[in-house]
Amino acid sequence: MQAEQSEVLDFLRRHPPFSTLPDKESANVANNVEVAYYRADSTILQLGQDNHQWYVIRSGAVEVFRRDGQLYNRLGTGDFFGEQSLMLNRPVRFPVTALEDTLIYIIGEQTFNYLFDNFEHFADFVEVEDQTRLRQSMAKREDDNGLLTAKVENLITTLPVTVCSSTTVHQAALRMTEENVSSLLITRSSTNQTEPETQVIGIITDLDIRRRLVAEGLSSEIPVADIMTTELIYVQSHQFVFEAMMLMLKHNVQHLPVLRKSQPIGLISHIDILRYESENSLFVVKNIFSGQSVDELASLIHDVQGCFTRMVHQDANSQMIGSAMAVVGRSFKQRLCELGEASLGPPPVPYCFLALGSMARGEQLIVTDQDNAIILSNNYDPDLHGSYFEALANFVCDGLARCGYSYCTGDIMATNTRWRQPLAVWQQYFSQWIEQPSAESLLHSAIFFDLEGIWGQTHWAEQLNRLIRQKAHKNSHFLACMARNALLRTPPLGFFKDFVMETDGRQTNSINMKRRGTAPIADLIRLHALAIGSSARNSFERLKDVIEAGILPPGRGQDLRDALEFIAMVRIRHQALDIELKREPDNNIEPEYLSDFDRKNLKEAFQILSSAQRYMKFRYQPGRVN
Amino acid sequence: MFYLGKDQLTDKTQSLTATDHADWRKHFALLAKTSKYPALKAFYQAGVVTASTPISDVPMVALDFETTGLDSNRDSIVSIGLVDMSLTRIRCASARHWIVKPETQLHSRSVVVHGITHSAVADAPDLSTVIDELLLRLQGKIVVVHHSPIERGFLNAALKHHIHEGIEFPVIDTMALEARFSRKLSKSLWRYLMRRNLASIRLTDSRTRYHLPYYRQHNALTDALACAELLQAQCATHLTTDTLLNTIWS
Repeated sequence: MQAEQSEVLDFLRRHPPFSTLPDKESANVANNVEVAYYRADSTILQLGQDNHQWYVIRSGAVEVFRRDGQLYNRLGTGDFFGEQSLMLNRPVRFPVTALEDTLIYIIGEQTFNYLFDNFEHFADFVEVEDQTRLRQSMAKREDDNGLLTAKVENLITTLPVTVCSSTTVHQAALRMTEENVSSLLITRSSTNQTEPETQVIGIITDLDIRRRLVAEGLSSEIPVADIMTTELIYVQSHQFVFEAMMLMLKHNVQHLPVLRKSQPIGLISHIDILRYESENSLFVVKNIFSGQSVDELASLIHDVQGCFTRMVHQDANSQMIGSAMAVVGRSFKQRLCELGEASLGPPPVPYCFLALGSMARGEQLIVTDQDNAIILSNNYDPDLHGSYFEALANFVCDGLARCGYSYCTGDIMATNTRWRQPLAVWQQYFSQWIEQPSAESLLHSAIFFDLEGIWGQTHWAEQLNRLIRQKAHKNSHFLACMARNALLRTPPLGFFKDFVMETDGRQTNSINMKRRGTAPIADLIRLHALAIGSSARNSFERLKDVIEAGILPPGRGQDLRDALEFIAMVRIRHQALDIELKREPDNNIEPEYLSDFDRKNLKEAFQILSSAQRYMKFRYQPGRVN
Repeated sequence: MFYLGKDQLTDKTQSLTATDHADWRKHFALLAKTSKYPALKAFYQAGVVTASTPISDVPMVALDFETTGLDSNRDSIVSIGLVDMSLTRIRCASARHWIVKPETQLHSRSVVVHGITHSAVADAPDLSTVIDELLLRLQGKIVVVHHSPIERGFLNAALKHHIHEGIEFPVIDTMALEARFSRKLSKSLWRYLMRRNLASIRLTDSRTRYHLPYYRQHNALTDALACAELLQAQCATHLTTDTLLNTIWS
C-alpha cells in the first residue's frame, strides 16, 4: 500500500505554489518531505551555512534577518524560505529563527529543482515571491543598480524583424544585412487569413547560418525553417533584466525575443545586457560585500572567474573586462578593510588604503599580484599605532592572497613598513622620485604612479596624485629615467613556426603576454600621460588625453590603442580558456595555441609597440627640450 | 492509534514506568539465540544502540497500529503506519502504510473510529505477508509510539499467532513522556486530590501543548507522523540533545 501522507498533502494542496501542481506531483512532494520541529527562538538557518533544502512553514512563524541583525521579514503558515540559496547555489545570506514553535515541511533540493524547472506556475510563484523580497532588499541599498529593477522592455533597442518560414536563407541574410540585425524571428507561413496575429515559431541568428548552413555546406536557397531554432527561448516584457540574463546563461543563447501577450515586441541581445552587467559585475560585488569572513570571500573565487569568462564570451572589450575585474578587486579590498576593522577595532588614527598598478588603472585581469600600500595620518605614532596597522595590513594582504591575488613578489604591499607611512612621508617619496630621480630608484616605483585610494581617507590619494601631476611634467630628468626603465621590457619580433622569435634571433617556446605586451604599453602610455599632466589613470583614457595633447605623430596613438586592445584580449581569452579547462590561469601563451589570425595581428601589435618605444626613447632622451 | 478513554489511559501509564529490561542489548543478544523465525532472529541480531547513547544520535521509527479494539488477546491489527525519524528530521520518504486483514471481526464501533471498513479489508493482505518487511523496518531502530501497550501488545500477539513466537523491544512512549513532563507538579497533594484537572496526554491534546498543527486522527501513518512530531517537540522543549536514551526509553 502506498504510504500517502494525507495530512501533508492536504496542506500543500491548500497553499500556493503547490496548489498549482498536478495531483500526482503534489502527492509526490508530500510523500517525500522531511519534517522538523523548531522551538521558539531556535535557529533554523544560520548565516553562511550551506543549504540544500527548501523550507515550507506548516505551522508557527519565523523571522528572517539581514546580516547586520536587522529584521528583514516575518513569515507564517504556508510561507517558505531557503529558495534563494537553492536558486543561486549560495550559502545562506538571510538567517532564519523560529519566532514561535514552528513545524516545517522540508523539501529536498532535487525535488525543488525538478518542480522549478518543469512547472511554470510553480516557478513563477516562487520567483515572484523571492524577487519581491530581493527587490525590497536591493531598494534599500544605497548603490541601487538598475539591473535588478530594470524591466526587460526598457532594454529593447531593436525592433523584431520577422520573416515567414518559407523565406530562403539567402533572402533572410539579405534582410538581416538590410536591417542591420543579427537575428530574425520566423513566423508561420500560412495562407490562412483568419489568424491576423503573427505567431512566432522560431528564430535564426548569424550563428545558425554559420553553423547549420555554411559549415554544413548547404545551399543558401533552402527555407529558413530548415535551420531555425524552434525551441524558442523568450522573455516577457515585464520580466527583469537579470532574469533575461539568467535565461541567456542557462540556455546559452545570445538573443532573446521579447514578448508581450505572446506578440513579439522586440529583441534584446547579450550586448544590451552586457552594458548593464559590465557596469559593476553586480552580483559578484554584492556577494563580496555580504561576505562575513575571509573564508566566505575566498569561496567567491569561482564566481569571480565565472564573471570573467562570461564577459569574455559576451564579447566584452578589454576595457569593460578590466574595469569590471578592478571593481571586483577593489571590493575585496574594501570588504577586507571593513572586516579587518571589525575584528581589530576602529583605527587609532585615520588612514587610506591604496590600490596600485593595474587595479588603480582599472585594467585588472584574473592573474594579478596584489600591489597595495597604506597612507597613515601625519599624527601616526609608530610606538602607539604601529602594531594596529601592521595587523590590519597583514589581515588585508593575507585575505587578498586567499581570494586569489597572490603576494607581490616585489614586496610592494601594505605589509612592508616602507609602504605603510604617514602622508608627509609619502609626499617626500614622490618629491624625491620626481625631483632627484635615478633610473635605479624608479626601477620598481613606476607602479606608484598608478595610484588610487580605495578605503578610508581617499582624498589623501588625490593629494598625492595632484602632487605627481604638478611636478612630473616639468621634470625632464624624471621623464628620461622613466623612459629608460620603460624600455627594459620589449615585445618579441614575432613568431616563427611554433616559436616566439626575439629581435636577436633567439627562439623561445612561450611568451608572457603581460611582461612582453600589456605592461610595456601601459608603461609607455603612463609616461606620456605624466608628461602632459593628464589626470586619467586608465591606459585607454590616458591615451585619449595623449592623442588630444598632440605629442604623438599622427595616427600613432590610435594604432597604439588597437595594439593594446588586441594584446590584452589575447591575454584575456587565454586566461578564460585556462579557467574553462580547469587549468591555473597564467600569462604565458604558447604560439602553437594561437590561430594564424592572432599571430598575424599580434606580430603587427608588437611592431606598433616597438616603434612606439623607439619614439618614446627619442622624445624623452636626456637633454632634449620638449 | 485507537481512541482511549481517560480511565484506560491513566491506568496503563502507571505500568509503563517500570522497565523490565534495563539492558536491552544483552536481552536482544539472548533473544537472537533463542528465536527461530528468520526475520525475527535478524531483528534481534541487529541489536539496539546502547542505553547511554545521546538521543540526538538515536535512529528511531515512529509506529502506530489501528486495531479492531483494545484487547490484544481478542482484537487484532487493521493497519500499520511507520516512518523513520531522528531528533531533527522525520523522513516521510521512508514511510510505510499497510492495511491488513484482521483476524477478528471488525466491530462497527471501531469502524467509526478509524474509517477502515469491511470492504476495505476484504481484499487486504494477511498480516503474515507483511511481518518480514515490518520487522526489517524496525530493525536497528528504537520504536516511538504514543501509548506503548497497544503497539507492544498487539505486535507480540500477532507474531505469536502467525509465527508462534512473541516479540519484545524497547520503546520511547510519547504518552508516558507527556505524563512525566506535563504532570511534574501532580505530586502535590492538591493536584492529587484534583485528579480530574490533570492535563490530557492524549495525542491531539499533547500536540496542542507544543503548538503542533491539528492532524485528523486514526490513520495509522498520520498518527505515526503526529507521534514523531510530538517527540521532536517534547525533546526540544524539555530535554537537551545530549540527554541519554535510557532516561526516556522503557
